[in-house]
Amino acid sequence: MSSDTLLDIEHLSVSFRTDRGKVRAVSDLSLSLKRGETLAIVGESGSGKSVTALSILRLLGDNGVIDHGRVVFEGRNLLSLSTDEIRRIRGDRIAMIFQEPMSSLNPVLTIGKQVAEPICLHRDKNWDEAFEIAVELLTKVAIPDAKERLDDYPHHFSGGMRQRVMIAMALACEPRLIIADEPTTALDVTVQAQILALLNELTEQSQTALILITHDLGVVARYADRVAVMYGGRIVETADAKELYANPQHPYTVGLMASIPGIEGDAGARLITIDGQPPDLADLPSGCAFATRCQHAHDACRTSIPALDPVEQNPSHRSACFGYPL
Amino acid sequence: MRAYIGRRLLALIPTLFFASLIVFISMRLIPGDVIDLMLAQNDIVTGQDRAKIEAALGLDQPVYIQYFRWIGDAVTGDLGDSLWQNVPVTDQLMASLPITFELGLLALIVALSVAVPIGVYSAMRQDTAGDYVARSFSLIMLAIPSFWLGTLVMVFPSVWWRWAPELEYTPFFEDPITNLKHMIVPAILLGLSMSAVTMRMTRTMMLEVMRQDYIRTARAKGVGEKLLVVRHALRNGLIPVVTLIGLQAPLLIGGAVILEQIFVVPGMGLLLLEAVFQRDYPVISGVFLVVGVGVLVINLLVDLSYGWLDPKVRHE
Repeated sequence: MSSDTLLDIEHLSVSFRTDRGKVRAVSDLSLSLKRGETLAIVGESGSGKSVTALSILRLLGDNGVIDHGRVVFEGRNLLSLSTDEIRRIRGDRIAMIFQEPMSSLNPVLTIGKQVAEPICLHRDKNWDEAFEIAVELLTKVAIPDAKERLDDYPHHFSGGMRQRVMIAMALACEPRLIIADEPTTALDVTVQAQILALLNELTEQSQTALILITHDLGVVARYADRVAVMYGGRIVETADAKELYANPQHPYTVGLMASIPGIEGDAGARLITIDGQPPDLADLPSGCAFATRCQHAHDACRTSIPALDPVEQNPSHRSACFGYPL
Repeated sequence: MRAYIGRRLLALIPTLFFASLIVFISMRLIPGDVIDLMLAQNDIVTGQDRAKIEAALGLDQPVYIQYFRWIGDAVTGDLGDSLWQNVPVTDQLMASLPITFELGLLALIVALSVAVPIGVYSAMRQDTAGDYVARSFSLIMLAIPSFWLGTLVMVFPSVWWRWAPELEYTPFFEDPITNLKHMIVPAILLGLSMSAVTMRMTRTMMLEVMRQDYIRTARAKGVGEKLLVVRHALRNGLIPVVTLIGLQAPLLIGGAVILEQIFVVPGMGLLLLEAVFQRDYPVISGVFLVVGVGVLVINLLVDLSYGWLDPKVRHE
């Protein structure tokens, strides 16, 4: 682990106990993040991207189990910390922003209280001092008249404004890492761009690393330094953002890229889709999870799982595919 | 806000009117009337005496005349006189209402201080041994009628330990300690029977709330489990619990009738029971009027408490 590595996830496997038995949601996932870097994790629903994010802070809930692996953050394995130790990291060193701004804020607590809370918890400050910082934070995320709005409740705010509040809350203790789990999915398209630009600007200003979880490759292109594409609970391809766009290797990544509707081209043309359904995690095929939808699949793909190997001797670009004639 | 309370109070009038109608009619449908009881007690049997008493008590008039006469007086605050004791019903009510109010309030305190902590504990330790014990306890309390439990408390401690609950009533402001010594046993019994449903509701709501996104947000901020419950979950979970308490108010009064009888508490329950036995119509109607107002006021208070619990309600 080099000195500028902030987070190192090693061989993480996560399952959920369900009525249908234990279901593996993330398998043998490894990735690392440098200080100040923005990593995008891209994938369909059920690809394991949110589960990966929640695992970092051990927020999986009662039926989620981390089977094995390590999550090393600033030299400490978060998975082996006591509940009190991990509690002190949550909201302080690592903060999270969730997908649903409408339900992620507590309806009976004021905005001021919710933004100031992490400061009270992690810093040696009383509520009044924390409220003052909360005003600064809310101003920073462009909430007008922040001071007057401290006593407002979440239902006074629109979805976009609430997500700004969530960002203010995440920034409260100047964390080294922010994990944003589809922060704009629930928002209007016009607001999405604003929120992402804001998040990008603020994390860049403060040199905060960002894990941006999304299913939107367009978002990735603009804001991410690096990208990890997930499918069926595994990373199938990872590369620098520019490299991934220029030279996608895995058939799933290629499919994802092709399915982005371009601004040019025939307006009446059919949208390109990837045929088939995302895999059922309770019943994954024995080989590559994408084999059933892949037009290039051959015998090896159906029997064994390809390793995440470097592409063309480029260690930063890896793809988990047995290869196919292009 | 004031307009809202005004409207709610106005809505009391038709409700009370129909309630009084039902009470007035149903009382006359019970077999045996007050005159029969009086005659039986005094060994007077002649038809002439009967007619005289009926006329003196105003019972010779048709029922609807009696009703309108009663309701006309009631509007002016006069609920008539007791047929047996010749004292104004309002005096009897004024004497017994505070006692029942005290019993109800104590029972409510007992119910909440048992139900809310156990309900929260049960939810936080879902499916553990503690949760099962708490849930079994609540089922048992739900199943056991308070009069049976009351009787047990009267009988067994005196047999086993030669201890019996206090049965002499002392007004609270005369000697609070002695008063509480007497009231606490029926209050606990009444409170426990009320706590059963409340506890289960608290548990269910806490489980529901703990699954919400904002609880995950709070966890992600580094909020510890205790603070999570107290600051983030409890108020959200209590909103339906408060509704339930409002719905249980009539139950509380019903339970008080029985427990006041067992523990000789001279409250409205005892007054009502004696009045029913004696067919003392004005007293019965008076008690029901007060109970009706009481239940409606409790429900109004419940509605108003939403404003405190739920900021969304405050602005509407």
